[in-house]
Amino acid sequence: MDNKNAAVSMRKITKTFGQDVIANKDVDLDIYKGEILSLLGENGSGKTTLMNMLSGIYYPDSGEIFIDSKPVSIRSPKDAYDLGIGMVHQHFKLVDVLSAAENIVLGLPGKLDIKKATLKIREICDKYGFDVDPEKKVYNMSVSEKQTVEIVKVLYRGADILILDEPTAVLTPQETQKLFEVMRNMKKDGKALVIITHKLNEVQEISDKVAVLRQGAYVGTLITKDTNPQEMTDMMVGHKVELNIERPEPVDPKLRIRVSGLNVVNEEGIKKVNDASFEIYSGEILGIAGISGCGQKELLESIAGLQKVESGSIKYFDDDGNETELVGMDPLKIKELGVALSFVPEDRLGMGLVGNMDISGNMMLRSFREGHGLFTDRKKPQNTAEKIVKLLHVETPGIETPVRRLSGGNVQKVLVGREISNRPKVLMTAYVVRGLDINSSYTIYELINLQKQAGAAVIFVGEDLDVLLQISDRVMVLCDGCVNGILDGRSAQKGEVGLRMTSLDAGKGEDR
Amino acid sequence: MLGFLSFIPRAVGQGIPLLFGCTGEIVTEKSGNLNLGIPGVMYVGAISGVIGSFFYENKVGENGMNGFLAIMIPLFCSLLGSFLMGLLYSFLTVTLRANQNVTGLAMTTFGVGFGNFFGGSLIKLSNLDVPTIALSKTSAYFSATLPIADKTGWFGKLFLSYGFLAYLGIISALVVAYILKKTRVGLHLRAVGESPTTADAAGIDVTKYKYVSTIAGCMIAGLGGLYYVMDYASGIWSNDAFGDRGWLAIALVIFTIWKADIGILASVLFGGLYILYLYIPTGMAHMELKELYKMIPYVVTLIVLIITSMRNRREDQPPASLGLNYFREDR
Repeated sequence: MDNKNAAVSMRKITKTFGQDVIANKDVDLDIYKGEILSLLGENGSGKTTLMNMLSGIYYPDSGEIFIDSKPVSIRSPKDAYDLGIGMVHQHFKLVDVLSAAENIVLGLPGKLDIKKATLKIREICDKYGFDVDPEKKVYNMSVSEKQTVEIVKVLYRGADILILDEPTAVLTPQETQKLFEVMRNMKKDGKALVIITHKLNEVQEISDKVAVLRQGAYVGTLITKDTNPQEMTDMMVGHKVELNIERPEPVDPKLRIRVSGLNVVNEEGIKKVNDASFEIYSGEILGIAGISGCGQKELLESIAGLQKVESGSIKYFDDDGNETELVGMDPLKIKELGVALSFVPEDRLGMGLVGNMDISGNMMLRSFREGHGLFTDRKKPQNTAEKIVKLLHVETPGIETPVRRLSGGNVQKVLVGREISNRPKVLMTAYVVRGLDINSSYTIYELINLQKQAGAAVIFVGEDLDVLLQISDRVMVLCDGCVNGILDGRSAQKGEVGLRMTSLDAGKGEDR
Repeated sequence: MLGFLSFIPRAVGQGIPLLFGCTGEIVTEKSGNLNLGIPGVMYVGAISGVIGSFFYENKVGENGMNGFLAIMIPLFCSLLGSFLMGLLYSFLTVTLRANQNVTGLAMTTFGVGFGNFFGGSLIKLSNLDVPTIALSKTSAYFSATLPIADKTGWFGKLFLSYGFLAYLGIISALVVAYILKKTRVGLHLRAVGESPTTADAAGIDVTKYKYVSTIAGCMIAGLGGLYYVMDYASGIWSNDAFGDRGWLAIALVIFTIWKADIGILASVLFGGLYILYLYIPTGMAHMELKELYKMIPYVVTLIVLIITSMRNRREDQPPASLGLNYFREDR
């Protein structure tokens, strides 16, 4: 395999943004046909930037790129396509109001003939096992359909070198399996594939080789079957990382919130939370498992007072046992009680942060009500910002850098750090590690555990069942808005949780 | 019937400048550029044509005028003027990435000032008692109709009684609609306006599309100014006479949900509303009511804006990146 010439060779690639952000430094990388290469690295380690230079979005400051051993200069995405390189970006590059077929032929020369294009698209779909309706408008599509359109678009242009930037971040496990199936078909067809990811299990499942980047520099390439998660993590992070999540015993648990008979109907009139009843205690972590969109968001938002509740009650108990009804209460008042919600949406900048403001400015969005003077107090948020940057290792030139200039994972650390810094009584987190690399994820688990030990009642909505079962004291399973059993985190089995997530019948006959 | 027969041609005459402006702005906005400079561009288009024909008329005298040149010189000057405006706007917003709203408003202020300055200068040069420039000879060429127009009764009056620019306006709207809907260039242009990152990643030259469509849009809009002064106003330029038609044209873009073919009917409708006050009998005792009726197009515009903002269909929304500048390496 090594005797073959590389389809792509990158040599001494360096790219900087502005004067202080070095995204890539002297990176060497080889990509072979008929192989799947994982590009592994923490957030902000320059994986995407490196690949963007192959796909013509960025141009390297220095270094050389060879395609089939010939030096090339890729100045635009068009150049990349001409060289047979196609990239599926993490943020899809599709025009919403156009149909799948129109998106796929976008940018190609020649007369516009949608009928002919549709035929060719069907052909590609049959060959690799995609499922796409060429006439469907993109805004009507699910995330995984959009991703499929992106991949078909790349193949339509005859690309032999495919780059997928964190393709599984937005997919359900089933959709991920489908994607991997397609990737294997493409590999069999002799295509060179690069998958950018930070999920170690996926690396092991799909790839032949792993190239590791750390802080913009190339660390090395491993053969996947000869390595293990610990080795990869160490290479990626540069120092030993403990891959265990602690689960301290709850200390002096007291009833903090009692939800009884909660019903929530969303704007479209669909019942999102169905007669949910549960309790949450101080000093414990209640994990919530469920397929995404099963009412997790609505449940948390009703506790935070952001969601209109149909019926039911949510009682909050303070340290002395005095109860307060949260349903119908002003969200600001609820927040003053110490109920904090950090919800990380798919689009991280969409909720909670202002992209053009710097880190300390974003801290101020939460603290500005504390001030009473005419002028804002900038000192405190600045301190908070500095603390978060240090504690969570946020990669930023400084706390004055606008948040939108940070890489995705770093943006998220800022978002989570802000909620945690408020020392809440009840901390609700949803998908806090969505898109975060392993090192930052573990830092955040640690922080959540610290909150728990400090006596906060923590609700943890997560996607990764392994993590959920490791960190939670109790796991509540949601299925279609119903509470489908509350299991003990220490004894619950992944299989059972998975079953309860998908089938309401699985939880029948036994309760709690 | 008589009233109707005289109303429609006048409504069309009022509507054509709006149609040019609307078509031009649609082409521009489809590339994601919100050009609020259109009123200024239309002024510049008008005065440039006036300057050209003023010097041509003065040079050769009324009797020595050649029909071809009398049309081509102002036409060329007008296109050149609005071309330069479009180039300036594109350079500021696309290359230098200046804020589109500020740039557009500045261009409108500039365009109106430019028009009034040169209009004033020409009025001084012509040494007349009235503060206007009359280019009636040139106007005669612009408003010439087919000879059969007079002989075909109401049909001729409704459909054939306009100068060639009116037909050019309708044709350009149809052509723009066709290009946007059916051709690859149109597909690419829509992609640029919806999501320049996507277009860029698909290998479309975003900068080129923005420049070309903005400049083309300005040139089309500029013809609206030329039509107004040469045909509608019979070749008489007086400062500020063009009024706020440019703004109405921009409002029409929203009214037509960015569809140039709808613009043809919409502009005639608004042209009609513009002069409706002349056709509503008020009696001599209540002339003040006429002033109220003059408000009709603006009231309708407001109502239309309210109604259109309630439309939810995804296809009827403005281009998604309208008003935003594109910079590839922005993170």
